Amino acid sequence: MTAKRRQIWVFGDYRNYFQNRVTLQLLSRATDLARKIDAEVCAVVFGDKVDEWVGEYIAHGAEKIYRTDHPRLAAYGVETYTLLMERLVKREKPEIVLVGATAFGREFAPRLAKRLVTGLTADCIGLDINGEGLLVQMAPSFGGNLVAEIVTPERRPQMATVRPGTFQEIPHDYARTGEVVDVPMPRDLPADRVRLVQSERCPQRDQKLEDAKVVVCGGRGLGSKKKFAKLFELAELLGGEVGATRPAVYADWADHNALVGQAGKQIRPQILFCFGISGAIQFTAACNGAKFVIAVNKNPNAAMMKRADVAIVADASQFCAALIQEFKKRFRS
Amino acid sequence: MLKLVVCIKQVPMVSELPWDPKTGNLQRDLAEGMMNPACRSALDAALRIKEAVGGEITAITMGPPMAEEVLREAIALGADRGVLLTDRKMAGADTSVTSHVLARAIEKNCPGFDLVLCGLATSDSETAQVGPQLAEELDIPGVTYVDELEIRDRTVRMQRIADYFLETLEMDLPGLVTVMAGRHAPRYVPLGGLQAAFAEADIVSLDAAAIGIDPERIGAKGSATKILNVFSPTEGKENIVLTGAPKRIVEQLFERFDDRIGSALGRDLKTDKRSS
Ligand SMILES: Cc1cc2nc3c(=O)[nH]c(=O)nc-3n(C[C@H](O)[C@H](O)[C@H](O)COP(=O)(O)OP(=O)(O)OC[C@H]3O[C@@H](n4cnc5c(N)ncnc54)[C@H](O)[C@@H]3O)c2cc1C
Ligand SMILES: Nc1ncnc2c1ncn2[C@@H]1O[C@H](COP(=O)(O)O)[C@@H](O)[C@H]1O
Repeated sequence: MTAKRRQIWVFGDYRNYFQNRVTLQLLSRATDLARKIDAEVCAVVFGDKVDEWVGEYIAHGAEKIYRTDHPRLAAYGVETYTLLMERLVKREKPEIVLVGATAFGREFAPRLAKRLVTGLTADCIGLDINGEGLLVQMAPSFGGNLVAEIVTPERRPQMATVRPGTFQEIPHDYARTGEVVDVPMPRDLPADRVRLVQSERCPQRDQKLEDAKVVVCGGRGLGSKKKFAKLFELAELLGGEVGATRPAVYADWADHNALVGQAGKQIRPQILFCFGISGAIQFTAACNGAKFVIAVNKNPNAAMMKRADVAIVADASQFCAALIQEFKKRFRS
Repeated sequence: MLKLVVCIKQVPMVSELPWDPKTGNLQRDLAEGMMNPACRSALDAALRIKEAVGGEITAITMGPPMAEEVLREAIALGADRGVLLTDRKMAGADTSVTSHVLARAIEKNCPGFDLVLCGLATSDSETAQVGPQLAEELDIPGVTYVDELEIRDRTVRMQRIADYFLETLEMDLPGLVTVMAGRHAPRYVPLGGLQAAFAEADIVSLDAAAIGIDPERIGAKGSATKILNVFSPTEGKENIVLTGAPKRIVEQLFERFDDRIGSALGRDLKTDKRSS
């Protein structure tokens, strides 16, 4: 008899599907991790009429789906979901369970981990497998100033919640097939002690800056509203968004919606330009997720320059103008 | 009378602290402490309930002896008593262990409690896990991300925003809520509050043995997770410095990084040298 293959599970969090792609992002990462430990990528879907999500998850990389489809699961209820998941994990014994760090995920995963008597790392910004085959869970600590690498050496499953936007989903392929395992709804569910009385969709929050792949940020070092305005030109050219530090917002060079930082928005672009920004913690804590950082500052010793991939010692607005020119040239050719 | 329990953590006031490269733990002893902002909101919510329908508030904290300060502050603001859980063996606890210790202490010191209030998250570890795990330990229902709450008979009615939904929920008591930070106006210490906090404060201090928990289950030893390494996100970055005239820097930038920039932008930036 062959031993059962190890499994990596992704919890199917499909509420608000079109803004919340975290499950698909996790399936993508799980596929990479699974290769390193020879595991099977599975998704777990609870809900009422979930075929659509089952199809989506298979198209995005799940090889197997555990599904419980029942009218009582129409609303996300943390108690019922925890109980179903607890039983399923105990039965199937996955090696790893990944949950998106949505509001629901961050309520559900801690309770699940407690019941399973295992560890859980919150709000990870990276996942990997180390030499011993353990899941390395990278979590920000201290307002994002530091990153801790955490493992769960003995307990199983290894569990993490992962911040949305950390990984890139793989393109869907509706020709893919997967196995669907139906898990019956238990008959002995206790009555819910928490009841959802009313739920309405919030007015859509403007998410453009948070989701932007390219962000051009400016600070006090730009010196004037006119010079700051150059950033809009650059951002438009690159298909990105403009962010600003607090002094820039206070000076009315940019709208309050553009504020990046502790008091403003959290960003995680593929590329971040910082013009005339000193790099105060209240600002940098909100952009640790940026993949590639280019900082421009007159002062080579500014904190922002130390944490950039490329630190450019120059006048911010002059450099911005030169950069715009070069991009225009290259986009034309 | 309603029995309310507020879990309060003392957190360092500064945002950058040195960490111990060997253990990966932050050297918290080097900073001044303050009440975690979300815990302050939880306390505020409890004080409002007390003002509206009456109740007795117990503030509870686990931490070094100096964490007693946050209990005195809570009493000054209107809490009735404080419980300090302090024991060297508790150091390095993860959220599972912390919630275990808090739960056993609550059962012991606040039997028959009605509502436990926690902050949503702490400013130093930001896990937001202790609240939900404490609810598990106490085997009671729990609701996180709470903005507003109101108690009627044996039911709490609350509002929260979660994943773009504005929800109204009801929970049976006993139960637990975690409260969002920054929802309430600052409170000022009422007349007599300071006196209550310092002259006659009702504060008990308990160690692991007094709470009756297994020493194997607490502190770093009982934690399922281990910190392998702590690093600054900037470490390992190449940090290339470019200087000179702007035009010249732009050239260098594209010579060295056109691939990285191009892939980040999702377009090909290579110019055909001959045609340009
Ligand atoms: C509770 C609290 C919350 C806060 N929240 C936020 C927040 O959400 N977001 C935020 O941004 N800030 C926030 N701050 C403020 C933060 O501490 C910093 O003061 C702010 O980020 C600094 O903005 P800056 O970099 O634009 O300005 P500065 O710190 O003044 O830096 C300007 C930089 O520009 C450089 N410079 C000057 N001239 C030029 C030139 N010609 N060309 C190139 N470079 C030049 C200088 O060398 C300097 O490094 C908060 C502060 C507190 C206390
Ligand atoms: N050491 C502690 N003592 C008392 N309460 C705590 C402690 N740690 C966490 N809590 C409670 O749990 C909440 C969430 O903490 P955390 O999970 O660390 O983000 C806090 O706001 C507190 O209400």
